[in-house]
Amino acid sequence: MSDVVEKTLTALPSLLSLDSQPGSAKLSSTSKLGNLIRGITELTSKHEEEKLIQRELTSIKDQVSSPNTSMRQMKELMVRAIYCEMLGYEASFSYIHAIKLAQQGSVLDKRVGYLAVSLFLNESHELLLLLVNTVLKDLQSTNLIEVCMALTVVSQMFPKDMIPAILPLVEDKLNHPKEIIRRKAVLALYKFYLIAPNQVQHIHNKFRKALCDKDPGVMTASLHIYLQLIKENSEGYKDLTASFVTILKQVVGGKLPMDFNYHSVPAPWLQIQLLRILSLLGKNDQSTSEIMYEVLDESLRRAEMNHNITYAILYECVKCIYTIQPKSELLEKAAKCIGNFVLSPKINLKYLGLKALTYVVQQDPKLALQHQMTIIECLDHPDLIIKRETLELLFRITNGQNVTVIVEKMLDFLRISKDDYTTIDLVGKVAELAEKYPFETMNTVFSLGGDMMQPDIPNSFLKLLSEGFDSDEEDRKLRLFAVDSYVSLLQSEPNKLPQRFLQVISWVLGEYSHLSAELEPATVMTLLSKLLDLKHTSSETKSWVLMAMTKLCEGGVAISVAQDIYETHSSSMDTVLRQRAQELQHLSQDSELRGRVLPRDAGLMPLEVDSSLSFLDGFVSEALAAGAAPYKPPHQRQEELAQAKALSLEPYSLSLPISMSSCSIADRQSPTLMSMSSGLSGDSTDLSHKGGSTTLKLDGVKRVWGREGYLAQREPVEETAQVEVPSPLRSPSQQAEADSTQSQTPTPTVTPELEQDKQQLASSLFVGLGSQSSVCLMGKSDPTPQRFRRKAQGRASSSGASEKTPTSLGSTPSPVDNLLCNSLLDSNLVSEPTNQTPQASQSLDTTNGNCHEELTDVKENNPSLIHNNEEPDKPKDLCLSSHLPTELSGLSHSEITPLCSNQSVNLSACHVQKEDSLQLVIFIFNSSDSALQQMQLQVDSGELKVNYCLSLITDSPVEEVRSHSVAVCHYSVTVKRPSVHVEVLGMLSYQLPGGTPQTIQFSHKLPLTTFIRPLTLSTEEYGSMWLAFSQDTKQNLTLINDDQDPLTTTLNVLKKKLQLHVVEIIGVEGIVACQLVQDQPCLMHCRVHAGTLAVWLRSPVPDLPDCLLYHCQRALQEH
Amino acid sequence: MQFMLLFSRQGKLRLQKWYVPLSDKERKKISRDLVQTILARKPKMCSFLEWRDLKIVYKRYASLYFCCAVEDQDNELITLEIIHRYVELLDKYFGSVCELDIIFNFEKAYFILDEFLLGGEAQETSKKNVLKAIEQADLLQEKTIFHLQSVLEKNVICP
Repeated sequence: MSDVVEKTLTALPSLLSLDSQPGSAKLSSTSKLGNLIRGITELTSKHEEEKLIQRELTSIKDQVSSPNTSMRQMKELMVRAIYCEMLGYEASFSYIHAIKLAQQGSVLDKRVGYLAVSLFLNESHELLLLLVNTVLKDLQSTNLIEVCMALTVVSQMFPKDMIPAILPLVEDKLNHPKEIIRRKAVLALYKFYLIAPNQVQHIHNKFRKALCDKDPGVMTASLHIYLQLIKENSEGYKDLTASFVTILKQVVGGKLPMDFNYHSVPAPWLQIQLLRILSLLGKNDQSTSEIMYEVLDESLRRAEMNHNITYAILYECVKCIYTIQPKSELLEKAAKCIGNFVLSPKINLKYLGLKALTYVVQQDPKLALQHQMTIIECLDHPDLIIKRETLELLFRITNGQNVTVIVEKMLDFLRISKDDYTTIDLVGKVAELAEKYPFETMNTVFSLGGDMMQPDIPNSFLKLLSEGFDSDEEDRKLRLFAVDSYVSLLQSEPNKLPQRFLQVISWVLGEYSHLSAELEPATVMTLLSKLLDLKHTSSETKSWVLMAMTKLCEGGVAISVAQDIYETHSSSMDTVLRQRAQELQHLSQDSELRGRVLPRDAGLMPLEVDSSLSFLDGFVSEALAAGAAPYKPPHQRQEELAQAKALSLEPYSLSLPISMSSCSIADRQSPTLMSMSSGLSGDSTDLSHKGGSTTLKLDGVKRVWGREGYLAQREPVEETAQVEVPSPLRSPSQQAEADSTQSQTPTPTVTPELEQDKQQLASSLFVGLGSQSSVCLMGKSDPTPQRFRRKAQGRASSSGASEKTPTSLGSTPSPVDNLLCNSLLDSNLVSEPTNQTPQASQSLDTTNGNCHEELTDVKENNPSLIHNNEEPDKPKDLCLSSHLPTELSGLSHSEITPLCSNQSVNLSACHVQKEDSLQLVIFIFNSSDSALQQMQLQVDSGELKVNYCLSLITDSPVEEVRSHSVAVCHYSVTVKRPSVHVEVLGMLSYQLPGGTPQTIQFSHKLPLTTFIRPLTLSTEEYGSMWLAFSQDTKQNLTLINDDQDPLTTTLNVLKKKLQLHVVEIIGVEGIVACQLVQDQPCLMHCRVHAGTLAVWLRSPVPDLPDCLLYHCQRALQEH
Repeated sequence: MQFMLLFSRQGKLRLQKWYVPLSDKERKKISRDLVQTILARKPKMCSFLEWRDLKIVYKRYASLYFCCAVEDQDNELITLEIIHRYVELLDKYFGSVCELDIIFNFEKAYFILDEFLLGGEAQETSKKNVLKAIEQADLLQEKTIFHLQSVLEKNVICP
């Protein structure tokens, strides 16, 4: 397309010069701008362009200053001047003429004059003062266009001091009959408010009038002011909340004129503005937030995902929902919205999704868990912006466990980033993390961030090092490690290190190299002296180096090195260096003095600073007595100099014979006063003032340092090792088959290994985000060596098995089913007691031990192979569990059990025990290659009350599930009528494109125990309740007779397995209480009698005692 | 909004509007940097850019790049739509606008922008009202500006 434009542009001159058409003749003769543009396009070099423009500017300059130039010509000249300025050539001579044009021209010329002024000048330009009168005149004009122009220029730029002059006129315009004038006046006042808020304070009530204006445009304009006002003081405007909500309701409901629609969305700009205001008002304010819940819900509902503009509104809604006081239903919907953004193939939406995640992740870290795979994909995104935003997100979720991985990612980014601003920002973030979670990566930070980083970063790092942690031994190791690594750095190629890093290195070596037994001070001295010889070493760095040497010079060789250094630097042009060299020389000669001046390990000893320099009093009085002039502060000296107008012909007096070196050594100044005094080490004079308050809070920070440095490198190695072990599917003999099945793999882009790799990355990144619930993730968080070995064995045996029995591979689940099958198998394995994975908690086992399940034949076919294959790691379980609804993903869920499946769908379910209910989650996985349409899931039960919570189908009963993706239905279940096992019946109906409607039925049994919760009460309460209950049952149970107190043991078993609460045990009697959600208590009285346990249950609910007794019996039998 | 820039694929500035006071030198530096950065980006990449402490939102329409700088907490998508609405306005005013219209009638483009955005904020979002305001002012203007479309073939902008 643009080629066409280019061609047209090149063809333009010839076209225009043809002059055959009347139109073009007109253009070439009258439009000088046309000529200019044409002229420029003809040119080939920048130099020629420059010449042409200069010529043009000279001609413009001549004409504008000529008194014969009419205003109309002036207008034309201004347009050309603007054009020249746009090309980057200065035309400042025309500024004054622009103002003149605005002042004197007719309405039409004025317009260009004002435009030129607004383009040429900015609000601090002094010429703007000349415009004030013109504006005043035009504001009072009867010509609407003139008033508009004046208001337009005023709302773009106006000298702050002159606001009072025009303010009354602008205020008056708020009552103007024309809405366009009112609107512009409001915006002008908004501008005034921004640059001089106190000048418009008195007209706040007029803003309210604007807010109530009958014209939506004026009202919209007034919201700019309100947003600003509320940003500064949200408390003052709470009373307006209801009005804003009403406005938003009307807008969302389509009550505005159609003119305000944008792509058939009603006034999106207005909506977004209102949402922002609401989020500010509702922040930390429950009652205000409550007013807006309804309209937010409505906005979310109305904004159907179809156009950028609705996404913009949704994004703002989500932000608002997460900013105001939380409401769970809205949060759910918002979380879903974020999910849609993140998963969107449109890159802009993905970016916003990440941004939204970053915004909400502190409140809701589990949301990041849900989208971890997407986040990891985004980390490798080719667009750096996406990558950068992902890092921002990771930065927010950093904790002690994942910090090393995240910092590595950040450093990777730093290595490729070329943008200074990003580098500074990111280095700052890495350093912040490094301080929170100290580790060796600081080295990399220093060498990469280099001299760009803020000076306080190395300072605080050194401070950290010198203050140390809680244990001396650790400190010693840490410092020793630093010394060793720095020495080796210096030995390799010190000339590549940035200055700041060199400074850090020299300080550390000076302070701590004595810790290393095998390191001779002389060696360090020699290394350091090489730094002095480097060309690019700055004198600041050199003085750090010399300072370090001063601390080190000990023993014969070192002293001779010091001597050499002294000789080279004692004549340096730099006084600081000369002084350091002097110090070095003196102190190397006198080791006793050195010990006193620079005591070892004095890092934390508070230094007393005599800031009045009283120790010099004697010296001063002596000097005064000897005739020296009294000290005058610099400003006084300067004044006197200014007064003495005549040249001073007297020679300057000799400087006082002060021994500079000796006096400054005495208070042990740092080589670079500025940076050192910010409190980094023993040199710091600040330290004693600040006291304990400056110490870093390191409690609870995981120690990542070790003797060998931090362990970050090791972890990834382990991970890659795992990945590289060939999985049986890919063993050479089966390669061909594997490849052929590969092509059918539902995940088209990633190979299983890659996927696994990513999941491993996920587990290391998202570790520690949820509670124990997200078992698979958490389990991987710290792979102990033992666990790893076990895995490796599993791998080995499985690959062996596959070689021996190649046929058995034929019946492995086809990769199409992989996603679900693996999780099915996993759950099966877990429910077998022998295969308990360490992650599965005790209670989950018991509660799900007897789930009714239909198993796919795959599993029955070949359990042993699958066992070997899948037992060691079960990343696939992630896939389904990551689909858990947000509010459940933090809680521990049962194994995901398969319900039923056919060629196109797999249904599975799990449940989550909440305190007041049981949450049933059904996963619908579409394993076919086409989307499921008109999907409808019905769940019903005779014994249960099933409440539909949230799903993709909330908005409409018809739903679509894309190919190879998962839909989740979530129900809250409570017991209507107790029975031993309660059964949920369900039916899913759906349609494949072009196919007939299909249904698939399933049943899912939940043991009553999943609904039992402990009931905490006192013995007295127990007593009164006991008498009130009517339903009862008695029976004798077996007593567990294994130790001295059979009753306690038995009750503890029951307590553990059935979640009962043991109220009290007195002698041979015990009382126990529990409840069926919600609030259906059941009490149990137990007595040991003749070797059995006589149990008596009472409850207000029929059947409950019987059912519970059954489970007690089973629990004790199983034991 | 902090500023808006229009530039061609060759990196030539076509329109610049600054809503924050900046010196000439800074303006030049910023536009040079930004034009370079944006031209270097591939078509499939994200329309948003973090640049210094600002968020840059840009979109390419045929041979012209429209680029806005907003603050970090601003809504990027709505900024993208502001650009689009501006293009719609230009299109309606010039009658399927092309780069040449903007080059030769850049002051008109400025007038339209001023009716649409004022002081960096959306002033009037109703397309009808903006154009009405422009037409009223134009009615007074003689028809001296020659429209190129009669001479040249139009290059229709594809959004």
